[in-house]
Amino acid sequence: MATLSVALTGNPNTGKSTIFNELTGARQKIGNWPGVTVDKKVGLVEYNGRKISVIDLPGTYSINARSQEEQVVSDYFKQNKPDIVVNIIDAANIARNLFLTIQLMENGIPLILNLNMMDEAERHGIKIDVKKLEDAFGMPVTNTVGRSNKSVRKLLDVFTNAVMTNYKPSALITEHIDRVRNIEHSGLAASQIEEEIISARYDLIDKIMANAVTVNAAGKTLTEKLDSYLANGVSSLVIMVVAFYLMFQIAFNWIGQPLADELGGFFEETLAPAAAEAMESAGVADWMQSLVSDGIITGVGAVLSFVPLIFTLFICLSFLDGTGYMARVAFVMDPIMRRAGLSGKGIMPLIMGFGCGVPAIMGARALDTHKDRMISILVTPFLTCNAKVPIIALFAAMFFPDNIANVVFAMYFVGIVTAIVMAKVLSTTTFKEQQSTFLLELPPYRLPDIKTVLLEAWDKGKGYLIKAGTIIFAMSVLIWFLSSFNSDGMTDEMDQSYLAGIGSTTAAVFAPQGFDTWESGAAVVTGVLAKEAVVSTMGILYGADELSTEDEDIENSAQALLATTMGGAFTPLAAVAFMVFTQLYSPCVTALGTIKKETQSWKWMAFAFFYTCAVAWVASLVVYQGGKLLGFE
Amino acid sequence: MTLKDTQPGMVVRIDSVGESELKQRLMTMGLLPGTRVEVLNSAPLGDPIAIRLRSYNLAMRRDDAAHIEVSQVKEA
Repeated sequence: MATLSVALTGNPNTGKSTIFNELTGARQKIGNWPGVTVDKKVGLVEYNGRKISVIDLPGTYSINARSQEEQVVSDYFKQNKPDIVVNIIDAANIARNLFLTIQLMENGIPLILNLNMMDEAERHGIKIDVKKLEDAFGMPVTNTVGRSNKSVRKLLDVFTNAVMTNYKPSALITEHIDRVRNIEHSGLAASQIEEEIISARYDLIDKIMANAVTVNAAGKTLTEKLDSYLANGVSSLVIMVVAFYLMFQIAFNWIGQPLADELGGFFEETLAPAAAEAMESAGVADWMQSLVSDGIITGVGAVLSFVPLIFTLFICLSFLDGTGYMARVAFVMDPIMRRAGLSGKGIMPLIMGFGCGVPAIMGARALDTHKDRMISILVTPFLTCNAKVPIIALFAAMFFPDNIANVVFAMYFVGIVTAIVMAKVLSTTTFKEQQSTFLLELPPYRLPDIKTVLLEAWDKGKGYLIKAGTIIFAMSVLIWFLSSFNSDGMTDEMDQSYLAGIGSTTAAVFAPQGFDTWESGAAVVTGVLAKEAVVSTMGILYGADELSTEDEDIENSAQALLATTMGGAFTPLAAVAFMVFTQLYSPCVTALGTIKKETQSWKWMAFAFFYTCAVAWVASLVVYQGGKLLGFE
Repeated sequence: MTLKDTQPGMVVRIDSVGESELKQRLMTMGLLPGTRVEVLNSAPLGDPIAIRLRSYNLAMRRDDAAHIEVSQVKEA
C-alpha cells in the first residue's frame, strides 16, 4: 500500500508540535522550506502495517501570506494534496482557532478537526458538543489530550480509517463559501474585501459557537492570577531577573559547566596523552603528531567541551518557552526593546546571544517583521558570547587583578550598550521605512511536554556539534599550519611563521589603540575564525603552554602570561582597548555563515563584518585616546 | 474612547477598528466591532497591555490600541 500522507496544521500554542512529536518520536527530519527560514518538520510512522508520513506545518493564525509561516502553509496547500489534513485546535481557544479552519475549508481542503486539550477547556468552563461540531462543518471531529500516548494512537486509527471523500462540507459551510465569493466579486477595494471576508468568518464562528459550544466563564483563570505577578508591574521585572539568574546558574555553575569541565579534562588529560603515546609508538611523523595533538585535539576539544553547557542552556530555554513564560518575557521587555527600535519578541534571540551568537541569529527568524529580524541579527554579534568570556577573564586577571569582577561586568555592559545604540541607529537609518510591531498571544501556562523540550533543545544545539566537527576542525588545522610553517617549511620559531607575517600586517591598523604587536594582530585574525582562538593564540604565541581558562586556574594562567613578554606588550589602558575591540569586532566565521544563511545575502554578511569591525575600531580608539587624555596609562 | 485609554479591570465592547497597518491582523485575531474585551494587566510602565477576548489572551501596544474605538461595559 502506498504511504499515507498526513499534514498537521493549526494556530501557534495549540500543542501541535507535541502531537507531532508523540506521533513520530525521534523519527523526524528537520529541514528548511525552500527560500525561507522556517523549519520544515517531517516524520515517519508505521501503524497497522501502513507507512504514514506526517508533516508538521508551521503554526499560523491564517493563511494570508502576511508572514513567512503563512506563506509556507499557503504554498504547501497550493502545491500538495495530502491524503489527510488534520487541523489541531486548542479546545480552550476554539473561537479564534476556527478562523483558520474556515479559511482552509474556503480553499476546498477537506479536514479532520482535532480538539486538543479538552480537559483544560473543561476546567475553563468551555463545553464542546463534538457531534454538533461535526454537523456544523460536515467534517469528522476527534479529540486528544496532547501528551497521552493513548489519544495519539486513536489519531493513528483515524488516519488509517478515514475516507475523506465520504465527507462533504455542510450547508452552513457552502453558504459561507458562496457569501465569500460574492464579497470577492463585489468590486470593493482589495483591503475592504479582505476585511469583509474576515468579518464573515467570525460571523460564521459566532453561529457555530452558539450552537455547539457553551462557555461558563469560571472567574479568573490560574493563568490570569499568575500573570498579575509574572506579567504585571514591577514584580514582573524582579521575577524575570530571578528566572534568568537561575537559568544561568544551572547552565554555568550547577549542571552545564561542571559537565563541560569533566569533558574538557578528558580531552586534555586522557585523550591527548593517549593519542600522543599511540602515535609515538606507531612511529608517526613528528609533524603529524604535532598536528593531531596541538592542532586537532586541542582545538576541537575546546569547542566540544562547551557542548554540555550549550545543551543545558537550550533545555532551560525550551522548558521556559514550553511553559508559556517566554511570551511574558517579551511582554515585559517590550517597552525597553521598543526604545531601541525593536519589538519585545526580540529579547529572546538577544538573551541567547549571551550564550552563542549562532542560535541567537537563527532565533531571529521567529520575529514578525523584516526590520526586527535584520536589526536583531546585526546587533547580536556585539553581545558577550561564551567564547569571548575567556578573553575578558584573562585580561582582567592579568592587568586588573584587584577588580576582576568589575572589569568583566564593564565589558558585558560595553557589549549591551553598543548593541542598543546600534539597534537605535539602524532602526532610524537603514530600516527607517519599516515599522516594528508587537501583537502577541499570551498562551495559558502549561507544564511542557518533556519529549518536546528535549527534541527542541537537540534541534537547536546540534548546530554547535556540527560547528565543532567542521569549521573548528578545519580552523585548528589552519592555525596550526600557519603558526608552524613559513616559506622555508616547518619551523619551531613562531615569530618566523606565516602567522607572524599576517599578524604584523594586521597590527599596523591598531597603532592608535596601543596594541600594535604582531601577536595581538595574529590573535585578532584567528579570533575571526573563532573567538575561543584569541586566548589560545596569545598563549601559544607568548609561549605560555597549558593555558587554562577555567575559573580556578585563570589567575595561574594570568601569572604565567605576565611573566612572558606579554606583560610588557600591553599597558593597562591598551589592554582595555584590546578587550573592547575583541568584544565588538567581527562575528566569528560560523556566525558570519549563519548570517549569510538567514539573510540569504552575501551583502548583509559583508556588511555585518565591516560595520562591526568599524564600530570596534572606533570604540577602542575612543577608549585608548580618551583614556590617555584623562591621564591613564 | 479608544482601547488605548483603558485601565486594567475594565471591560469594553469594540465599536470600530480604524485604519492602520495592523488592521487586518487585528481583525484576524478576532478584534471586530461588537467583540467584548477585558483589560487584564500591563507591563511595568503601563504599556503594552494584555487583553482577554474570545476566551484567549493577547498583548498589544497602546499605540496600536489607539486605533480601536471602544465603549465601556464595566468599570475597573
